Amino acid sequence: MAKFMQPNRPVGIVGYGAYVPRYRLVSQEVSELWTDGNAVSPVREKSVPGLDEDVATMSIEAARNAMRRAVRSSARDESSLAANLGAVWVGSESHPYAVKPTSTIVAEAIGATPYTQAADWQFACKAGTEAMQAAIGFVGSGMTEYALAVGMDAAQGRPGDALEYTAGAGGAAYLLGPAEEALAVIDGSISFVSDTPDFWRRQYEKYPEHAGRFTGEPAYFHHISSATVGLLEAMQLKPADFAFAVFHQPNLKFPLSAGQQLGFHKDQLWPGILVNDIGNTYAGSSMIGLTAVLDQARPGDRILLTSFGSGAGSDSFCLTVTERVVEARKDPNVMTTADYVRRRTQIDYAQYTRLKGNYRLN
Amino acid sequence: MEVARYWRTTQQRYRMEGEICPTCSGKIFPPRDVCPHCQHEAKTPFTFSGRGEIFSYSTIHNAPQGFEKFAPYTVALVRLTEGPLVTAQLTDVDEHDVYIGMPVEMVTRVLREDGERGLLVYGFKFRPAFGVSGSSSQAVAVDVRAPEHAQHEVMIAR
Repeated sequence: MAKFMQPNRPVGIVGYGAYVPRYRLVSQEVSELWTDGNAVSPVREKSVPGLDEDVATMSIEAARNAMRRAVRSSARDESSLAANLGAVWVGSESHPYAVKPTSTIVAEAIGATPYTQAADWQFACKAGTEAMQAAIGFVGSGMTEYALAVGMDAAQGRPGDALEYTAGAGGAAYLLGPAEEALAVIDGSISFVSDTPDFWRRQYEKYPEHAGRFTGEPAYFHHISSATVGLLEAMQLKPADFAFAVFHQPNLKFPLSAGQQLGFHKDQLWPGILVNDIGNTYAGSSMIGLTAVLDQARPGDRILLTSFGSGAGSDSFCLTVTERVVEARKDPNVMTTADYVRRRTQIDYAQYTRLKGNYRLN
Repeated sequence: MEVARYWRTTQQRYRMEGEICPTCSGKIFPPRDVCPHCQHEAKTPFTFSGRGEIFSYSTIHNAPQGFEKFAPYTVALVRLTEGPLVTAQLTDVDEHDVYIGMPVEMVTRVLREDGERGLLVYGFKFRPAFGVSGSSSQAVAVDVRAPEHAQHEVMIAR
């Protein structure tokens, strides 16, 4: 029996923000270099962080966007929101430091220090949604007024490996708070995990290892479908009850296949699929799919979000958009997800190698 | 690397926290506890909007130690909307797109790192304000089709 989770106090998304770096590597470049063009890339192109970007800086920008939208949604000023922010949590598998939190850097940059909880989360590609689920509990229990959950990655992939075609950069931040201030209310969620070794990175290793096609059926599809079906059954809902559905997107094929196998139509899936333009942003992948949907959702729309993290597990959420989404989207200084996707500077493989720090200067 | 010195300036580097003078309401950056306009004590924190425009700029090709990997990069004098003139690196912009008067906005980025084992130093930089020419959009349509001789599909589920 699925363990359906709902907080005592209704909780929702008060602010949300995306971030994608401006550089793009067309995946065909990878194929040309390593396979003489024989390999077909699972995405068209991927985002690449600049020399001065990492998970901390990208999380800061996404968090600032979330705070600005929350100002509109909650009708509170930014300093009041920051002062009542009881948690700053960053989920990622590419934290800049092995030991030293990213979350304190983000908390400091958005003015939430010093009286706040701060922590870094790790669960491969679902590190962000697990932070979100915990934030729902933190706010829903009344322990704090607001909690920030970020899913962000500057994803790693060994040169020449299958991951190099898709490993992108970017993610999203969500400010969770009381449902009465929310632009989208969290109706409930479920988490489904098992010890499935489809992908890992050992201590001190730069690049992850994966189990090839084993990452498909027993890992991605099994966990995504189990979590989603569990949520739908617990809430007595069916795919047709949703305006949008967002799934973790390691490539273009998998979220479309998983969604359609579960009974969702392509029209419900396309708005949240960004992987063909920005690659797989790992912990940011499903979360930035949700920002793309929130950018265009209408009050009353119901949204399904299901993440996947290797190792393995899925978190599945049901949200209902409120009237406040209209006001939250009005800040002209906050870039939409589409703005970030359009902000595009194409680079070649040599420039990519430089940006990834793979040239030694001395 | 002077850890204590960087730690002391965290707020001003991460989020442009300066001061406002309680006597003449002058906005002060970087914070110095004495108002440069009226010379009265000024210790009230004030967070700047991070918006301004380029007053002047120069491109660095021979970078000093610690900044080599960023070269060439552009530094600018930025006149903040609230008044002060600050020096900072520009980011997310190509050198030839920069011009005097260009509207810019603050972002927090990696300024430098103290070698592979040392501290990462974060701080403010400026980029073209959203919507300004040069801020983004090389929205080139890319048509990348798999070549006909492609042999296999690369597909990993994460």
